[in-house]
Amino acid sequence: MAYNDKTRGMYSEILSGLKSAGLYKQERYIHSAQAADIEVEFPAGAPLKNVINICANNYLGMSSHPEVVKAAHAGLDSHGYGMSSVRFICGTQDIHRTLEQMVTKFLGTEDTILFPSCMDANAGVFEAVLTKDDVMISDRLVHASIIDGIRLCSAMHDTFKHSDMEHLEEKLQLHNDKRLKMVITDGVFSMDGDTARLDKMVELCEKYDALLFVDDSHSSGFIGKTGRGTHELCGVMGKIDIITTTFGKGLGGASGGCVSGRRELVEMCRQKARPYLFSNTIAPPVVSGVIKVLEILSASTDRRDKLEKNTEFWRKGLTEAGLIIKAGDTPIVPVMLFNAKLAQDVSRDLYDEGIYAIGFFFPVVPQGQARIRTQISAGHEIHHLEKALDAFKKVGKKYDILGKSKQEIIDRYGM
Amino acid sequence: MDEMQEVIKNYVIKEYVEDDTELTCDSALISGGIVDSFSMVSLKRFLENKYKISIPDDRATPEAFDSVNKICALVKEFVK
Repeated sequence: MAYNDKTRGMYSEILSGLKSAGLYKQERYIHSAQAADIEVEFPAGAPLKNVINICANNYLGMSSHPEVVKAAHAGLDSHGYGMSSVRFICGTQDIHRTLEQMVTKFLGTEDTILFPSCMDANAGVFEAVLTKDDVMISDRLVHASIIDGIRLCSAMHDTFKHSDMEHLEEKLQLHNDKRLKMVITDGVFSMDGDTARLDKMVELCEKYDALLFVDDSHSSGFIGKTGRGTHELCGVMGKIDIITTTFGKGLGGASGGCVSGRRELVEMCRQKARPYLFSNTIAPPVVSGVIKVLEILSASTDRRDKLEKNTEFWRKGLTEAGLIIKAGDTPIVPVMLFNAKLAQDVSRDLYDEGIYAIGFFFPVVPQGQARIRTQISAGHEIHHLEKALDAFKKVGKKYDILGKSKQEIIDRYGM
Repeated sequence: MDEMQEVIKNYVIKEYVEDDTELTCDSALISGGIVDSFSMVSLKRFLENKYKISIPDDRATPEAFDSVNKICALVKEFVK
């Protein structure tokens, strides 16, 4: 079929619908390297503006770390730009296996396999290790990439209410006749910044003979005393059967992901996971960069310690300013505004004040739970956070939301 | 409301409703966003265990599970 006027019109109409529903995504062009201070062109064609970035997943400030950049340069020189092959044909270098071994040691697992992204890891892992005789029981707020992976797998799928351990236990009882049961959760949930109860989940999985899967993308490198992740925080290292994580956030911020866990399950991915089999793996300069990131993080906890202090300062500052934040202690700190338009207006005004933070609203978060999701980094200095707090106070005052309860904000602006 | 309607309605409320949404026997469960299509699995298993029936997968469609009344009609087809 030719791409005729009728077809073009059909897609134009869909795109217009997204715009009128307020769901149209627009990119902002950053002209500098990723960091606390960035130079942004927004809207397209506007003069560049220097702003403080408080919405990146650059938790440890490694995205532009000079040693990481240097290591990536060295990797480019020694191992080239690309592999022009999938892993099992002629696309595996020594550094790919080195990185897999380093991740295994860092996470305290048995083995690791790299994927082009954690999205790909999640898309491939379930289908590789489960069959129609099995069941996947997932938290209702798991990341979209897990949902996609679940859809690609023939095993039965059920859900439990977010972080509700009694409900999880009921589901484990309900599906006790299945060959394998796999409980699936995020380590830190990306929209609310809360942490999975892995200690309790391990207990339940042991009781009902189930496997436990954790996506630790928003944890690896900084959650837990030495930054190993939520399994370290909850005291269950070595007890998680599958951990997936990304190198696109705390661990360097470039790209790539992995499945790490029980030796046989990792081997099943190496034999059967389709995103691994049919796609090139991580490019050599990025692999070299991630190796350096892991070296830095294994040698010292300075960066995750600084992130912890910054997070504490930020959470305390927002609370004292009278803003409503989601409780927790992770560097994902949602400032609750409840109303979608209010979230968009506050985001725009913050940008005018030199603060880059994005509003999230339905369908990304449930109806009536619109928010500005702020994310703190070890790359922030206290002066960045003070300036951002001042901006939140100024904008908060303009909209008269400081010190106001959820109900008062909803009464004034609606859900 | 007969006993089956009450049992199924109470199960749906307990299992899926997390706020004060009011539910009637005609409320749209799947198309209304109360029950996501993934979670239909536990509903199907609950019905099969409770009423000692087996619902073929091709009959356990989002349309057939879209309200308490529709579910009751489906279950009654299989109850001996």
